[in-house]
Amino acid sequence: MSEVIVITSGKGGVGKTTTTANLGCGFALLGKKVALVDADIGLRNLDVVMGLENRIVYDLVDVVEGNCRLKQALIKDKRYEGLFLLPAAQTRDKDAITPEQMKKLCESLKEEGFDYILIDCPAGIEQGFKNAISGADKAIVVTTPEVSAVRDADRIIGLLEANSLNNPTLILNRLRPDMVKRGDMMTIDDVTEILAIDILGVVPDDESIVISTNKGEPAVTLENSKAGHAYRNITRRIIGEDVPLMSLEQEPEGIVEKFKKLFHR
Amino acid sequence: MDFFNFLKGNEGTASKNVAKDRLKLVLVHDRVNCSSQVLEMLKTDIIKVISNYMEIDEDELDIQITQTQSEENNGTVPVLYANIPIKSMRKSSHE
Repeated sequence: MSEVIVITSGKGGVGKTTTTANLGCGFALLGKKVALVDADIGLRNLDVVMGLENRIVYDLVDVVEGNCRLKQALIKDKRYEGLFLLPAAQTRDKDAITPEQMKKLCESLKEEGFDYILIDCPAGIEQGFKNAISGADKAIVVTTPEVSAVRDADRIIGLLEANSLNNPTLILNRLRPDMVKRGDMMTIDDVTEILAIDILGVVPDDESIVISTNKGEPAVTLENSKAGHAYRNITRRIIGEDVPLMSLEQEPEGIVEKFKKLFHR
Repeated sequence: MDFFNFLKGNEGTASKNVAKDRLKLVLVHDRVNCSSQVLEMLKTDIIKVISNYMEIDEDELDIQITQTQSEENNGTVPVLYANIPIKSMRKSSHE
């Protein structure tokens, strides 16, 4: 059974593309067959985050317009078995495709036998957003614990539900336990209370994300990355495992506990 | 604010609480799609109608859209909240 999941946020720069890349890689590590679709036409980035920018021949618009077959446009990630990327077109704009075409594309991807099809949604609530969500069965909303991002997430949740994508789940990104402890950052509970939505996972703010993006190698593959660990947990939750939020995510802890935990693993 | 309050993490003035309160208010308006202009017009009309029956304290009048727990499902629904202090009843309207 295959499932199309759109990853969206409303606000730009909160980590949609990073999340898509990491979840995709994480699924592949769990032995799933995954297609990542970059729906941000004109501003493609999933290819560089994945480190596959040099292998693009055809893109999503080429497939939709019939310039190539779907299989030709899908880039196989040689590092991870079962991981494929369908890049966005860079020289076109959001109006190059329609919601109906996107729906058809998702159907074709399902027929290819992918377990998960992840769609990286562009920022905003205009045509690009409407295209990206049109073929989705489920939605994941990414936000950071800031007023602007949470406000936009609320708007997006409303729009998703208006388009019958009910009960989206939330990934709270870039949480800083030290700031939460000081009372200078909203907690997981604060954000879920405001948005009235179920939490799928929490990703701590982590330098390893910047480093891994620099290299084009998603952090989910790094054993010692905190954010990578959080993404691994999220993929396991999506496939149906019961994985509790990391204690680091739930409540910030002192340096002593952190060290203890490090050695107990 | 004293030193010990600061040590305890400053419950009341912690910036996350400010963020949360501001967000709650802005989202209430976002969700019902009601501008402050509309609210102002509504306020004027309410004053006009109620003033026919009673004398009210216009300075202390408080009208806002907030949220309340809905009775059917578990979510919250917007409510129009009005706190209107009465100074006295207008005799003339009864007679």
